[in-house]
Amino acid sequence: MKLLKTILAGAAIAVGLTGAASAADKLKVGFIYVGPTGDFGWSYEHDQGRMAIEEALGDKVETTYVESVPESADSERVMTQMALSGTNLIFATSFNYMDHVMNVAKKFPNVKFEHATGFKRSANVSTYSARFYEGRTVIGHIAGNMTETNTIGYIASYPIPEVIRGINAAYIAAKKVNPDVKLKIVWVFSWFDPGKEADAATALIAQGADIIMQHTDSPAAMTIAEEKGIYAFGQASDMIQFGPNARLSSIIDNWGPYYVARAQAVIDGTWASTDTWDGIAPGMVEIGDFSDKIPADVQTSANAIKDALSAGTMHSFTGPLNKQDGSVWLKDGETADDGTLAGMNFYVEGIEGEVPQ
Amino acid sequence: MDFSALSPVSLIVSLMVAATPILIAAIGELVVEKSGVLNLGVEGMMIIGAICGFIVAVETGSPWLGFLAAMAGGAAISFIFAILTQYMLTNQVATGLALTLFGLGFAALLGHSYAGIKPPKFGTLDIPFISDIPVIGPLIFSHDYMIYISLMIVAGVWYFLTRTRGGLVLRAAGENHDAAHALGYKVIRIRIMAILFGGAMAGLGGAYLSLVRVPQWTEGMTAGAGWIALAIVVFASWKPWRIILGAYLFGGITVLQLNLQAAGANIPVAYLSMTPYLVTIIVLVIMSADKKRASLNAPACLGRIFHASN
Repeated sequence: MKLLKTILAGAAIAVGLTGAASAADKLKVGFIYVGPTGDFGWSYEHDQGRMAIEEALGDKVETTYVESVPESADSERVMTQMALSGTNLIFATSFNYMDHVMNVAKKFPNVKFEHATGFKRSANVSTYSARFYEGRTVIGHIAGNMTETNTIGYIASYPIPEVIRGINAAYIAAKKVNPDVKLKIVWVFSWFDPGKEADAATALIAQGADIIMQHTDSPAAMTIAEEKGIYAFGQASDMIQFGPNARLSSIIDNWGPYYVARAQAVIDGTWASTDTWDGIAPGMVEIGDFSDKIPADVQTSANAIKDALSAGTMHSFTGPLNKQDGSVWLKDGETADDGTLAGMNFYVEGIEGEVPQ
Repeated sequence: MDFSALSPVSLIVSLMVAATPILIAAIGELVVEKSGVLNLGVEGMMIIGAICGFIVAVETGSPWLGFLAAMAGGAAISFIFAILTQYMLTNQVATGLALTLFGLGFAALLGHSYAGIKPPKFGTLDIPFISDIPVIGPLIFSHDYMIYISLMIVAGVWYFLTRTRGGLVLRAAGENHDAAHALGYKVIRIRIMAILFGGAMAGLGGAYLSLVRVPQWTEGMTAGAGWIALAIVVFASWKPWRIILGAYLFGGITVLQLNLQAAGANIPVAYLSMTPYLVTIIVLVIMSADKKRASLNAPACLGRIFHASN
């Protein structure tokens, strides 16, 4: 498998290299994706962002990408090849590329790196992420209102802060409107494995879940939800084509504006290492249209939450909130600071089970 | 923790669904390897089968035609491998890897406009009364047809390899191609037929994934299933019945750990996720430790190039 991916990456780089010679004065922007661009989820949306750069900056830029790059030393090789072939700006679009980005960035101080969802930065490494948890608050609110079995199924990928944050945000919002709600969480330890994601959805439905949320990249769970006649939410992408009846709403990642701004900054010579964490307000996180299966009053209240999050009058993590072990995390009215959120490794009170170590 | 919600019957049913793609692909690869050819392109042939089956099923509305097209697609792409390795004598490992790369890319190209489409529903066995018997009904008499077909294929392969003259000749080509050649058997023709069969089975397994297990088309949706199929052939020490054991064990552990999690069991998930792979590695180690047994089972000419002038 690994050998295969290495060869794949090598082949893709070779293709990229041939394109490099023709345009030396253009800004070269490289992307590495953890899944295929056709996953209709996470990697798909990053690729939409890449195309947004091409559209906005036209012949001032040239973009390349390598898809299905494993989060291992392979990614280091891919980024090194990109840097060697004259790429000026590299977007590494998955959490576990983090240390590899840092290693390559050290070797190529003149190349700018942008790492999605990570927290390590240096002079030529920026990080950026979206406050997906704001979206989770909105869909958690809808799910809490709509579940009839009081059981929400959650397909999780890896136990990293970003995923745990999403679980907590969804649970807090659901619990607020439905004190009996239960969250059943299944960890699949993969970002992209449609077969396994489908099996996880089937297992959750067998255990009584009537609404599925996911933090994995393929629309497999949506397909299963549609087949079994239950509800689900689009993840990263809208996914409505996979579940016209099942999809209630979706959390859509919109990277385009950020990508264009960063590429422009390199062209202008104003690029600096930054840490960007945008939510619903600047449009990095979008909430997909509400399905008409959602009752009108829930649509209204969900919209109110969305607007409040956008206006900054509401925070997804507002006290009083306890940690799972019952200890106080946030006092009444207190909101979580970004540092705690960025490193979140605990469940809030009420969620059953343990965060896998 | 609530184990009462865990129904053994539904567990077994879903493990069979999870295991069938790798089961079908593995039984095909077993025949290929028995003829002395190592085709590492299973993943590529599976994904080609997944998309060919999906396209034809969507366009014609018939999953059966989809499965047939998947077999044709898998066989067609394996024919490239057959020509390269049997006539042009290329290295089988490299050619197999190339086949996987080609298959993944070509399938993505073919499937470009087929994402987000719903394939026609594939039927399940439904015998009046019998399928409704508690436990036995859902366990034995109400699967989708392809699960029965996959088991019949295994039985057929077992019968062919061990009880027919054709099977004996095929095994002879795999054990000692020079001797088989000296006896007047057409080693290359035998191997090409085995490769085509392997391709058709891999394609069928892939189509099961895109038409029944997930039902949808997503790029790269096999996600390594082809490599697992290859491992299961070794796990089964080239014996057809053990392929079922290997595939169901693999599918079983995957499904069981997901269900245990959903039931709220406090289990070390990361370890359970890697268990199927660990078991495969352990079996490989045990087998290779016992040189005599391993050499008895593995086809002696596996992966070796045959040229009639030698």
